[in-house]
Amino acid sequence: MTGVVEVISSGLYSSIQDLGRFGFRKYGVPVSGVMDEQSASMANHLLNNAPAAAVMEITMTGPKLLFSINTQIAISGADISPQLNGEAIPLNKIIKVSEADMLSFGKLKYGLRCYLAVKGGFQTEMVMNSRSYFAPVTKSSVIQKGTQLPINGYDNSVHNLSYVKTDPSFFSQSHLPCTKGPEFGLLTAAEQKSIFNKELSIGQENNRMGYRLEGFAFQYPTGHNMLTSAVLPGTVQLTPSGNLIALMKDCQTTGGYPRILQLSQEGVNKLAQKKTSDRVSFSLEERG
Amino acid sequence: MNNLIPYPLTFKSIGHSALLIEWPSQIDKIILDDILQLQSSIERELGNLLVETVNTYNSLTLIFHSPISSIDAIEKKIQQLCQIQPSIKSENQKTWKIPVCYDKEFGIDLDDVARQHKLSTDEIIAIHSKAKYLVYFIGFLPGFLYLGGLPKKIHTPRKSTPRLRIKKGAVAIGGQQTGIYPSESPGGWNIIGNSPLLLFDPEQDPPCFVQAGDCLQFYPINKNEHQKILKEVEQKSFTIEADPS
Repeated sequence: MTGVVEVISSGLYSSIQDLGRFGFRKYGVPVSGVMDEQSASMANHLLNNAPAAAVMEITMTGPKLLFSINTQIAISGADISPQLNGEAIPLNKIIKVSEADMLSFGKLKYGLRCYLAVKGGFQTEMVMNSRSYFAPVTKSSVIQKGTQLPINGYDNSVHNLSYVKTDPSFFSQSHLPCTKGPEFGLLTAAEQKSIFNKELSIGQENNRMGYRLEGFAFQYPTGHNMLTSAVLPGTVQLTPSGNLIALMKDCQTTGGYPRILQLSQEGVNKLAQKKTSDRVSFSLEERG
Repeated sequence: MNNLIPYPLTFKSIGHSALLIEWPSQIDKIILDDILQLQSSIERELGNLLVETVNTYNSLTLIFHSPISSIDAIEKKIQQLCQIQPSIKSENQKTWKIPVCYDKEFGIDLDDVARQHKLSTDEIIAIHSKAKYLVYFIGFLPGFLYLGGLPKKIHTPRKSTPRLRIKKGAVAIGGQQTGIYPSESPGGWNIIGNSPLLLFDPEQDPPCFVQAGDCLQFYPINKNEHQKILKEVEQKSFTIEADPS
């Protein structure tokens, strides 16, 4: 049996994402995919979904979603006060959903992005081997009011009442694990030491493409003329303004600014849960 | 020459599971050929370890499925591949003929560009469409081609205030580069025309008909032809002409 999740209202920035679109960077196509892989995989794992099952990534303000069919869901990541038919429901737990149930969200308590998994994953269109939204690869970058997202129906009698305890410090920790980037050496000798002791704050420009990190003006190397080269999600670039930009999942495939640091997967996951004015710092991990 | 890669390559890791290989910092067809040859050897020999590879003017980045346990071992393997480079010229490289309507309805900066160079708009069009351009790589936007070969005579500085919306298909000059906007986007280049072709089509496999190492040549069309080709492209009945490179 197939049904739909109907978008009654879209929330601030909600999209369908899986682990990303691979093999197309040579055509300039960003990887996309869930920003916080740890939280998204938790939601999928609870439902015994495949790791690559498509989830909904919800940012800061949640959507209102109407289910046309019985299923099970799980929500992980940021706490945006999820409610089913107006009743608060817990995170990180399998939730029984019945036909005509309405899922909504309230106040953001911690984190920034939460992940809604449905049993079997969202069955939205696969474009270039991925269901991740990214225009112009997919028609839209976000879900829109009235969109009907196909899902498979499931027996909604939930026998597994366990719920997973997550480590709440994941959302409060400001250290972003990273390694040195290819152009780390372009920082001044003093900056090469101090960069790991600095607290930076998240600028207003933060989205799925990248996060601007403010609070210290690094010296942009003069006379440095770097040719455009590959960048990856997690690449931290030094821009001519002296600010750093940490690239995220929808980043371009190539860039022309020095690549000072490279966030680890954990670093990207953590940063994805930060919002404007939150503080972060870099912690250098040694290669294993 | 036996050793087809005369360049000293440098290897740097980017995080735990990507490796950056760099050539000297130059924009040069010979370097690009080198990169593309090594790329195809690496994809053939190490393909099962790789998610994908990305080339630019002077670099090749290898993205692995899992963390690289020994950079030294990978580097050694790649150095060996450099020694046994196949001498086959990439026979797949093509020169694509790209129709461009330089009518002022599309070429909104054409007058301005002509004035800056003290040339007529016809001269700008002739210079732009006579040159042959090399595709170094695709980046910035899905299907955006980094082209080399814009004649010096028509190098034109970027506009001081970028436009918020540039039409899909816009053909433009930015500094020493020329390019085609594959989708609507903001941009600061001088717009001199519009191509009705789809440079990026997610419904096609591969989504771009052009690839790194190919060449492009523009040919002028009028507004009627632009409209006609646009329709044919929509109906997927337009055949893009290409010569072997």
